[in-house]
Amino acid sequence: MASEGGRRTDLEVARRSRILGGGDARTVGISVASTVLVFALLAFAITHAPGWHEVRRTFFDWGQFKASFPEIARAFLLNVKIFSISEAFILVFALVIAVLRSLPGPVFFPLRALAIAYADFFRGVPTILVIAILGFGAPALELKHIPTSTTFWGIVALVLIYTAYVSEVYRAGIESVHPSQEAAARSLGLSRGRALRYVVLPQAVRRVIPPLLNDFIGLQKDTALVGILGAIEAFNQSQIDTDATFNYTPYLCAAVLFVAITIPLARFTDVLILRDRRRRQAGRVL
Amino acid sequence: MSALEVEDVHKLFGRLEVLRGIDLDVAEHEVVCLIGASGSGKSTLLRCVNLIEPVDSGRIVVEGADITRRGVDVNAVRRRIGIVFQAFNLFPHMTVLRNVTLAPRTVLGRPRREAEGRARELLARFGLADKSDDYPDRLSGGQQQRVAIVRALAMEPRLMLLDEVTSALDPELVAEVLELIRELAAGGMTMLIATHEMGFAREIADRVCFLDEGVILEQGPPAQIFSAPREPRTQQFLARIVAAGRM
Amino acid sequence: MRRAAVLLLALALAPAAAAAGNCPTLHAGRLTVGTDNPAYPPWFGGPQGHGWKVSDPTSGKGYESAVAYAVAAQLGFSRADVTWTYVPFDRSFAPGPKSFDFDINQISYSPARAKVVTFSSSYYDVNQAIVVLDGTKIASVHTVAGLRPFRLGVQVGTTSYSYIVDHIKPTHSPAVYQTNAAVIQALKNKQIDGLVVDLPTAFYVTSAQVPHSKVLGEFPSLPGGEHFGMVFAKGNPLAQCVDTALAKLKANGTLARIHEQWLAKAAGAPTLK
Repeated sequence: MASEGGRRTDLEVARRSRILGGGDARTVGISVASTVLVFALLAFAITHAPGWHEVRRTFFDWGQFKASFPEIARAFLLNVKIFSISEAFILVFALVIAVLRSLPGPVFFPLRALAIAYADFFRGVPTILVIAILGFGAPALELKHIPTSTTFWGIVALVLIYTAYVSEVYRAGIESVHPSQEAAARSLGLSRGRALRYVVLPQAVRRVIPPLLNDFIGLQKDTALVGILGAIEAFNQSQIDTDATFNYTPYLCAAVLFVAITIPLARFTDVLILRDRRRRQAGRVL
Repeated sequence: MSALEVEDVHKLFGRLEVLRGIDLDVAEHEVVCLIGASGSGKSTLLRCVNLIEPVDSGRIVVEGADITRRGVDVNAVRRRIGIVFQAFNLFPHMTVLRNVTLAPRTVLGRPRREAEGRARELLARFGLADKSDDYPDRLSGGQQQRVAIVRALAMEPRLMLLDEVTSALDPELVAEVLELIRELAAGGMTMLIATHEMGFAREIADRVCFLDEGVILEQGPPAQIFSAPREPRTQQFLARIVAAGRM
Repeated sequence: MRRAAVLLLALALAPAAAAAGNCPTLHAGRLTVGTDNPAYPPWFGGPQGHGWKVSDPTSGKGYESAVAYAVAAQLGFSRADVTWTYVPFDRSFAPGPKSFDFDINQISYSPARAKVVTFSSSYYDVNQAIVVLDGTKIASVHTVAGLRPFRLGVQVGTTSYSYIVDHIKPTHSPAVYQTNAAVIQALKNKQIDGLVVDLPTAFYVTSAQVPHSKVLGEFPSLPGGEHFGMVFAKGNPLAQCVDTALAKLKANGTLARIHEQWLAKAAGAPTLK
């Protein structure tokens, strides 16, 4: 049955190719050529704009790039430190919030309500406000034993905010697992907690890896906001260099660094998803 | 002491009363088949016995213990009763072996090697040994359903509830599952089976109950129910089954 | 008689002619001056107004406001011809056409910056100073070297940062804040031990913004010194006109008088060595 369908499709392709006067190679050739043409036109328009010289000198100065890059790269280590530590906490806390939200029955209503209020508030308030309020406000209380370190408060603020976003991602994952899975686990005698831990959550988390990565990438960018507290992270350092030289190229250095970590992370996530799928469906005839 | 006593159980879904007073006793080692039209309450009854659905009134007693009383340990009850559903519900992120050993290891606390040993024995007994390390996606429907039954058996239940376990299978895969159930019955497992497979019910059941609109309208040995049903509605139901070529 | 009248007329119109001819402005007959918001003393003075926070540049009070109006007068613009426009610091050097004729905002000259914009000559020679809280450990330091173990802070875009990094060389890297308000809050929070900023601003900070603080000291001038200049679009010929105006204001004592009026209080800090 599968082979018959396959044969029919081949015939259709052949027929269409004959009508259009070509096969696959020609279609590919046309699309490549047109893409190249569009980009060439764009490049021409930009480089022949009246202000191009100044823009190139101001934003793409190679000498300035080389001069600023080492220091900005060093400052970038602070961004890396902040998002690495934050993400570890976020992934755990968000799971707790998501599970709290899923607790059933009237006895758990206060916990559910708290989780909902938390998620609503911290998704609603702008990130930069939370960072500013915590980073400047908390140390201003002058209570003993409260750290004044900007890195500390930056991490606290980012964790509070992103836990709210990621908890919603987890919640979507949990709800996407068919209730029959939990029913099957419960019917074997597993408690609610065990069913969640062994059956529901492993499936839920696997399903939401792409949006989890999305939020992680967002977090990486938002570490730049911690600069308002004074810490010299990559964006702050680029601003220092830019203001000193009146040249914006240092911002490009920071941009390059941010993109450089995003791309491998995205490919790594693709690999994770592919590997999980291959392992589960190896040899399956769809 | 009977394995299962169902006393005047009523169950409502919203305003719809699905079970309108079920009375049923199942003795140890007895195989009871529930037949009836869709919506007659067969699945609901099984789910009530396993406490997946709470009953609205009435009592269910399993091996002398009232499982419908307040404060009963639901998980403990479910350990003693195995249930298998129409949609196999294997855990897709675990291998077959892990599917089978999950509950014994986490609920019964069996050490890994012991749990895996027993699991492999069970799987081998039902011809699934070579599938132990595969993921459920790789198995056919019949194989998956058999794994689901093995998974329930691994908990060594005293009572097995089978809810139309062959209804979702392609016809050529049904036989292997029925074979497995036959073996279980021969081994003395107490079973309550909801099924559309009339031929099978006739062969395997000690008693057949016909459910109609939430009550057990008629029950008796298979020979009596299938050949000489007393109630007109039973007769109508069986006539429809015969007309559909399913008996 | 008629020749005298013509001569008088020519003289009267000369500045305007000069303004129109070799000293072009964005809008004919008007001088557009840019600065940042809020406008802080002692560079600006008086209460806030016209959308400007802390002080209002249009008041003519404060050193930079006074200098701007004095230069405008030299160029032939009356007070009513001068318009102030909000230019955040980062926009003052952005490429593309400027929204101002010149920007006056405590911007220090540097050769790197002069490649991108044109600076006027100095209207103020700058010394850096450091502000600390009374009673803290840093408050008893008397030398530059003594500052090294402490955490210092600056506002971004100021040359104070490079001063710290190049000349003080502390063990912790300095903290850099987006705004004046932020760096002041950090000082109050004791998140930084000392704030490095130009001397006049230091006096304003201690007198009006941070209670129980003092100007610990002034740093010695660098060879060649540091100075503030007005910022123009690169190659704008108006800069030369302004330089001429500034030279006149220095020669006839106007600049010194403005300095005396607005910056005299910014004196009397010990020099750290």
